[in-house]
Amino acid sequence: MGRTIKLREQWILALVAFVGIGVVPALNAWVPADSLFHISDFRINLWGKYVCYAVLALGVNLLWGYTGLLSLGQCLFFSLGGYALGMHLMLKIGRLGQYKADIPDFMVFLEFDKRYPATGGLPPHWVPFHYIGVALIAVVVVPAVVAYLFGWLAFRSRIKGVYFSILSQALTYASMLMFFRNDFTFGGNNGLTDFKFLLGFDLNQPATKRGLFIASMLLLLSVYLVCRWLTGTKFGLVQRAIRDGENRVLFSGYATADFKLFVFVLAAVIAGLGGALFVPQVGIINPSEMAPDKSLEAVVWCAVGGRGSLVGPILGAICVNALKSYATRAFAEQWLYILGGLFIVVVLFMPRGLVGLPDQIKAIWRTRLASRRVTPSDEPSVMPSKAATRTDE
Amino acid sequence: MKLSLKSAVAGVAAGLIALSASAAETVKVGVLHSLSGTMAISETSLKDVLLFTFDEINKKGGVLGKMIEPVVVDPASNWPLFAEKASQLLEQDKVSVVFGCWTSVSRKSVLPVFEKDNGLLFYPVQYEGEELSKNIFYTAEAVNQQAIPAVDYMLGEGKKKFYLLGSDYVYPRTTNKILKKYLLMKGIPESDIVEIYTPFGHTDYQTIVAAIKQFSAGGKACVISTLNGDTNVPFFKEFANAGLTSENCPVVSFSISEDEFRGLPAKDLVGHLGCWTYFMSLKTPANKAFVDSFKSWLADPKVTGVNYKVSVDPKNRVTCSPMNLSRMGVYLWKQAVEKAGTFDVDKVREALIGQKFKGPTGEVTMQANHHLINNVFIGETLATGQFKIIKSLGPVAGEPFSDKFLAGK
Repeated sequence: MGRTIKLREQWILALVAFVGIGVVPALNAWVPADSLFHISDFRINLWGKYVCYAVLALGVNLLWGYTGLLSLGQCLFFSLGGYALGMHLMLKIGRLGQYKADIPDFMVFLEFDKRYPATGGLPPHWVPFHYIGVALIAVVVVPAVVAYLFGWLAFRSRIKGVYFSILSQALTYASMLMFFRNDFTFGGNNGLTDFKFLLGFDLNQPATKRGLFIASMLLLLSVYLVCRWLTGTKFGLVQRAIRDGENRVLFSGYATADFKLFVFVLAAVIAGLGGALFVPQVGIINPSEMAPDKSLEAVVWCAVGGRGSLVGPILGAICVNALKSYATRAFAEQWLYILGGLFIVVVLFMPRGLVGLPDQIKAIWRTRLASRRVTPSDEPSVMPSKAATRTDE
Repeated sequence: MKLSLKSAVAGVAAGLIALSASAAETVKVGVLHSLSGTMAISETSLKDVLLFTFDEINKKGGVLGKMIEPVVVDPASNWPLFAEKASQLLEQDKVSVVFGCWTSVSRKSVLPVFEKDNGLLFYPVQYEGEELSKNIFYTAEAVNQQAIPAVDYMLGEGKKKFYLLGSDYVYPRTTNKILKKYLLMKGIPESDIVEIYTPFGHTDYQTIVAAIKQFSAGGKACVISTLNGDTNVPFFKEFANAGLTSENCPVVSFSISEDEFRGLPAKDLVGHLGCWTYFMSLKTPANKAFVDSFKSWLADPKVTGVNYKVSVDPKNRVTCSPMNLSRMGVYLWKQAVEKAGTFDVDKVREALIGQKFKGPTGEVTMQANHHLINNVFIGETLATGQFKIIKSLGPVAGEPFSDKFLAGK
């Protein structure tokens, strides 16, 4: 039984990979624009953004759905990854900015040339970001280090549950305020924007957007596979044991703090990678991405899609954001009510989210069938209880 | 059978032609203002005034015989969403022009999109300049149309010490940097110029107000404030508590217009100054017509999609400079389209240069640098949340780059 499911999953994975990496970009590149099957540059770019959100959601789910750690600050790591690549993109604008200067525009108007005369106005920590390699390493390392420090302090002190959630939210909020400050040298409120080139490719070209979409899909698939593998190992078992009863795991001799720290750092790295691909596709990164509500949104995607499954968060992130894109245009005045209503429905009636829906419907259907079969028969006491156990499964 | 198929095809074709004909009678125009999130309080008013202006124009026959069909989207005070909605308007809806944005960061976020898709954006809110995109028309006040005239006025009043106080973001930073340069040029010593920034949502102004009190002790001091939004409430409360008034230390605010008074206690600001290219209290016939018809439009039960309509009595709704500039942007665009005889962006852009419009504040002219020649006024805050115009400074030509206008002084 287990083997057949695995095979089916392999097929689905292969299909998703084929459609995402092959079919969709091909429809964008080679099908004429007036054809029904054409996918516009706008859509490719939009879906690339959703896929990055899905990567973030996978990280949130690894923490929340599998380890029971509700982090309300994952967008901090998402933004840090985004800033790391954004810094490189800023330096690659060259002299195409408003001031035609060697340094990014905001450094010109803040008169950084007086603060950092040795480097021509560029703050010293910006200098290595001329190299894409440094930026890519920073995309991984910076979120990991921040997560390690915060996680080490939090888990050593046995901060759990709602206290951990609040602290993680405070961390992202504090970071947002810090990044808001112009003196912090990361562009203040405006953040980093008006990117032109990535690896020499013009970011406005449809081919570049296609490439970024494919890269996002590849990232999503690899993150999915890593999560799939990890949750299937003994490590994954410990993870879920921590979620369901941390004290028992602790008393069985496992250093739960280390396990949690590893998962927290991993989730931060996943978020950072998602953020790095998000930034060149949307064209801006600024501190408002660290606002607590953004991280809450990511948690909502998981809840809508179905936490504790790997497909759920992906589905949730894509569905909620697609609905948001659609509703902010079609129902500009009422879209908040639509989205809010959806969240309430999910919380009240769909505890396992969208992925749990088929099972939920099946269970209801079975109960109905069972009760129908029962009524004419003579033994009403046995059947309903059976039906009830089935719904509980 | 064959015949019926043919007729079906013909029918469909006829239907399509009819459809495209009805579509040809309207022109799509984008409205890109946040209707939710932190900026909604300011930007919703601009959406309202835009819809009002479209109605006004449609009643008189539209633009080039086509009715304006607004496409309203909600970028929700979310900067990446601004970029997404901008490309949706330009690439999916194929709008002829977009009116939108309030904050500089939202403008910076959509700028690459407008340049890539060769769109047309009208930006109506006073800003820091230092930017010029061929795809954006800035009906807004540039620094030399608001901050410089205000400082000139203060210098004329005999003020010798300047306390530059702002929220920490790009508009205050840039404006104050330019003002500082300008004041130094005017012979104010550096020791008499203070530049202070507070973070967003800052509420504790005790230390700063104490410093201002000390600073203004000798008289002849004033505060130039670019504080925005809610932070004005604790600042002005603290200011009044410290015994400072518009008499001993006036405050000129650049981010407070009539519309902001819906959320601010006007009584704490009485006597302090504002500098804009429009005040609701202007006594011109064109302004009276604008204010009256806007209010009656708001009260019209047939008008849909206007927020606050239920909660705020239309009689209490106000007009302000960004609203007036939004409306004038629509008229300037309409005139340019009619001059060009087409909605084509490149031709409209060309036709826009030199376009004149007689609005509530008198005549404005669009210059080759995409900024307006507009009339500047100094106003004094009244307890009603209105401004009493105390000085009319006449037309000033907007110039986005400070090195250019400072060189002229």
